[in-house]
Amino acid sequence: MSETRYTDQHEWISLEGDEATVGITRFATEQLGDVVFVDVPEVGKSFAKGAEAAVVESVKAASEVYAPVAGTVTAGNYALGDDPSLVNADPEGAGWFFKLRLANKAEFEALMTKEQYQEFATGH
Amino acid sequence: MATNNQGRPSQPGAAQALDLPTISGATISGDRGLDHEEPLLFELGRAGQCGVDLPDVTISDDRLGGQRRKGPIGLPGLSEPEIVRHYVRLSRMNYAIDAGLYPLGSCTMKHNPRLNEKLARLPGFGDLHPLAPASASQGALALISELMSWLTTLTGMPAVAMSPKAGAHGELCGLLAIRAAVAARGELRHRVLVPESAHGTNPATAAFAGFTVDEVKATPEGRVDLADLKAKLGPDVAAFMLTNPNTCGLFEGEVIAMAELVHEAGAYFYCDGANYNAIAGRVRPGDLGIDAMHINLHKTFSTPHGGGGPGAGPVVLSARLAAFAPLPLLVHDENGFRLVEELEGVPAGAKPFGRMSAFHGQMGMFVRALAYMLSHGRDGIRQASEDAVLSANYVLASLKDVMSAPFEGPCMHEALFDDTWLAGSGVTTLDFAKAMIDEGYHPMTMYFPLVVHGAMLIEPTESESKESVDNFIHVLRVMAEEVKAGKKDRFEGAPRLAPRRRLDETAASRKPVLKWKAE
Amino acid sequence: MRYLPLSPADRGAMLAKIGAPDVDALFADVPLSAQRPVTGFDLPDHQGELEVERALARLADRNVAAGSVPSFCGAGAYKHYVPAAVDHLIQRSEFLTSYTPYQPEISQGTLQVLFEFQTQVAMLTGMEVANASLYDGSTATAEAVLMAQRITKRPKAILSGGLHLHYVETVETVANLHGVTKRALVTPGTEEDLDSLIDEQTACVVVQSPDVFGLLRNIKRLAEVVHTKGALLIVVVTEVVSLGLLESPGAQGADIVVAEGQSLGNGLNFGGPYVGLFATREKYVRQMPGRLCGQTVDSLGRRGFVLTLSTREQHIRRDKATSNICTNSGLCALAFTIHLSLLGEEGFTRLAALNHAKAVTLANRLAAVKGVSLVTSSFFNEFTIRLSKPAADVVETLAAKGILGGVPASRLSPSDRDLRDLLIVAATETNTDEDIEAFAAALEEVL
Repeated sequence: MSETRYTDQHEWISLEGDEATVGITRFATEQLGDVVFVDVPEVGKSFAKGAEAAVVESVKAASEVYAPVAGTVTAGNYALGDDPSLVNADPEGAGWFFKLRLANKAEFEALMTKEQYQEFATGH
Repeated sequence: MATNNQGRPSQPGAAQALDLPTISGATISGDRGLDHEEPLLFELGRAGQCGVDLPDVTISDDRLGGQRRKGPIGLPGLSEPEIVRHYVRLSRMNYAIDAGLYPLGSCTMKHNPRLNEKLARLPGFGDLHPLAPASASQGALALISELMSWLTTLTGMPAVAMSPKAGAHGELCGLLAIRAAVAARGELRHRVLVPESAHGTNPATAAFAGFTVDEVKATPEGRVDLADLKAKLGPDVAAFMLTNPNTCGLFEGEVIAMAELVHEAGAYFYCDGANYNAIAGRVRPGDLGIDAMHINLHKTFSTPHGGGGPGAGPVVLSARLAAFAPLPLLVHDENGFRLVEELEGVPAGAKPFGRMSAFHGQMGMFVRALAYMLSHGRDGIRQASEDAVLSANYVLASLKDVMSAPFEGPCMHEALFDDTWLAGSGVTTLDFAKAMIDEGYHPMTMYFPLVVHGAMLIEPTESESKESVDNFIHVLRVMAEEVKAGKKDRFEGAPRLAPRRRLDETAASRKPVLKWKAE
Repeated sequence: MRYLPLSPADRGAMLAKIGAPDVDALFADVPLSAQRPVTGFDLPDHQGELEVERALARLADRNVAAGSVPSFCGAGAYKHYVPAAVDHLIQRSEFLTSYTPYQPEISQGTLQVLFEFQTQVAMLTGMEVANASLYDGSTATAEAVLMAQRITKRPKAILSGGLHLHYVETVETVANLHGVTKRALVTPGTEEDLDSLIDEQTACVVVQSPDVFGLLRNIKRLAEVVHTKGALLIVVVTEVVSLGLLESPGAQGADIVVAEGQSLGNGLNFGGPYVGLFATREKYVRQMPGRLCGQTVDSLGRRGFVLTLSTREQHIRRDKATSNICTNSGLCALAFTIHLSLLGEEGFTRLAALNHAKAVTLANRLAAVKGVSLVTSSFFNEFTIRLSKPAADVVETLAAKGILGGVPASRLSPSDRDLRDLLIVAATETNTDEDIEAFAAALEEVL
């Protein structure tokens, strides 16, 4: 059973066991427009919470994706290299960016719930 | 209409069904009057054809050390008439300042005098080797010296570095001089302050030069927030970079106060000279407290833009920075002019920070710029600035009732509008600008500066007659009225009458095709 | 003033519309203390075309144009014959007086040219992708080093001793901001030991071939060594015509190839404007600096071209851009492309062969002069000779005899005593047998 949380940088993070999947929210993809490129981190890389972990680009904009929690990359969605449109089509499913093994579960607990994020995103 | 990738009808019979070609209809050839479709060079060429006649040399005793190429390169072969037609046809798909008003704000698309082209091609300049002996290049060095004298006199700055090859390269040169000056004082200053309205090159250059970048806020009047500047200055700030007139087309009236703040904090004041053309011949940046400023010769002094370069970006330097100008240095002694190419042998006091490029700058642009200066003289340069400012204010005054201007005038050489007036119309800044193409105009600069929503930045320049500007104003007024009348159809998907409709930039980025490949 | 269309009456009418009493009112935001009258500038007033032409022609006449005398100068800039069609076409208003193609619907001419340019550069260099040009060969080399530092996340760039010294200094000026550079020492005419300098901190090795002394370098072997250490090999070409006769750097294992493109389509221009070529492997395209043109379709499905991958660039990434470069060298790239189109495969390879043949003839003739020895054994159209007297003095004496006899190596590094007697000479298709004989005869007199 997975549990999903959100950040104020418009990332989602879904936790199953001690492995979390990270991507950007539909709201973020709507702000960016058509995604043309995602720089997915290599397996084995470690990030502190808030470190720059990936880059997502549309035609006219480029945004850093920050590690929502500290951890080590266990998988990357390298399919995005061939088909970055997956991010627009299914941002919170097939358009995931990378998986992390969590260093500290408390960091996850501290993030926004779906309801909190929806309020944040619409009020933003 | 179905078309193949060369724009021709994919079914040869399709056009024949029409009685007559119409504005929207197809033709048999796929061409339309003077508009010709044109394949790629590689699709036209064939083996064995050649556009030059050269002897076929056989080298019996080559000295290539076994490195001779084994396979072909793959270049297509074409005769001269085919090449000439190919590039003439391509040229006709371009808009150009010679063909019409080009109101691209901050880019200064003014007339490019043909005398300047002629002079740059004199063999003594165009066919002069950069490492020819000094005795064989005295005239060229004298020309550089004279251009330097014009630039320092106009700007009121004591020194100028000539080697930067473009505006951004000049910015880098200025910041590296500042870096060297800071180091020479034994200080550590790693921050550079940049207004949030700055052109993207400013923060990019500062980062490139090894600094961290901090943004300074703008006031609601579109100027630098002096209080914010003061708060962000400190002992770790190396420089403040300002564009003046700024990217909103406004003069920063507090510039002298800013210079004082910057200097009190021990920092240097860099000015982006992209908009110097508004004040040339009237205001000397040196009198404003500027320490370094690059001058885009391709803007203010009208060397042609050439479809994206080459430019030239000499940097004028204050007395505080003059010693740090890069190599080579031009010196004059009893033997005439010569270039000092390395640290050993530089004049007393000079501490060059390094070298910007292999040779000594964009000589071809120097000839054109000096020809422009001599032609205009001090009176013409001043008049050009005044006319540019007058025309922009005329556009602002003539359109601000139908479009919306975020800042009160007077403006400098460019008039800024935002998209408040488009609210609720379903027409965006992009749509409006693209519809200008159908009216025979190049669009204005769009979505820059970033501090204004849906920005439209119009720079008519001094090269336009009143009739030309009046026509332009008339077209924009009628277009604006059509937006307000809800006629959004003509804006959506515009342009319709250009060689191409809107292009799919998403597809271009997702699957980059960056060169031709044989199928 | 012939360039200013507004009449005094026009100006008056425009001021009336604006509601300003005079033009000075438009400058109200400018501090009065900083405004000067026109007489506040110690400069002349405007002049007619004739006067301006006369003044500049007088300066031009004081220079010795390469085409006016036997000329053998190279070292990064080469005298070639440019077909007349090139200069005619690049002066077409639609190319000369247009801006960067930001509006692709009305810039397909410039864009298609850039696409053709990128294709040609990729073909010549043997690489997968090329950009739409940089300022010149030296700044392209500096950009290549920065790119290698970004890709490898390593600081050190090793610069071959055969790299043009002005290129070395251009690289050092920027590469030391984010990393370190190490100059290798070389005996002119030989290959230095670069292998032992490469370590796990090495981002790239930069090697020029033909090198500044004209020597053809063994790229293939070096590439293997560089790659085993996880570094990138940057190959610099200052004479692009050499690629018509030599194996491409890409085929020999280069990761980035940069070149000075002046030789094709562009005059000597006393050092600029020139055109920098930049090519690399497809996998590095997003780390590449400069403008890129890509193919796409318009809303009717017709092929068209746009500037693409612009998120690498300064106007979007600002302080995170790959480079601060804003312009390319558009018109020079156009001249390059038209010249190369005219040459085609046959013309370009013939041109290269002709250059080599002239250089071989020159080398044989000069080697027969007493007091001259050949330093460079394998070369393309340029080589170095050792003289029995200081080369800089010899060159000045030759100039007085109406011969531009090459570039003294000491011109690039005046304080390096080891270079004092070395002269770098180039021969191209523009040199006749009479030129070569005149040069050799003059040298015999001088030495």
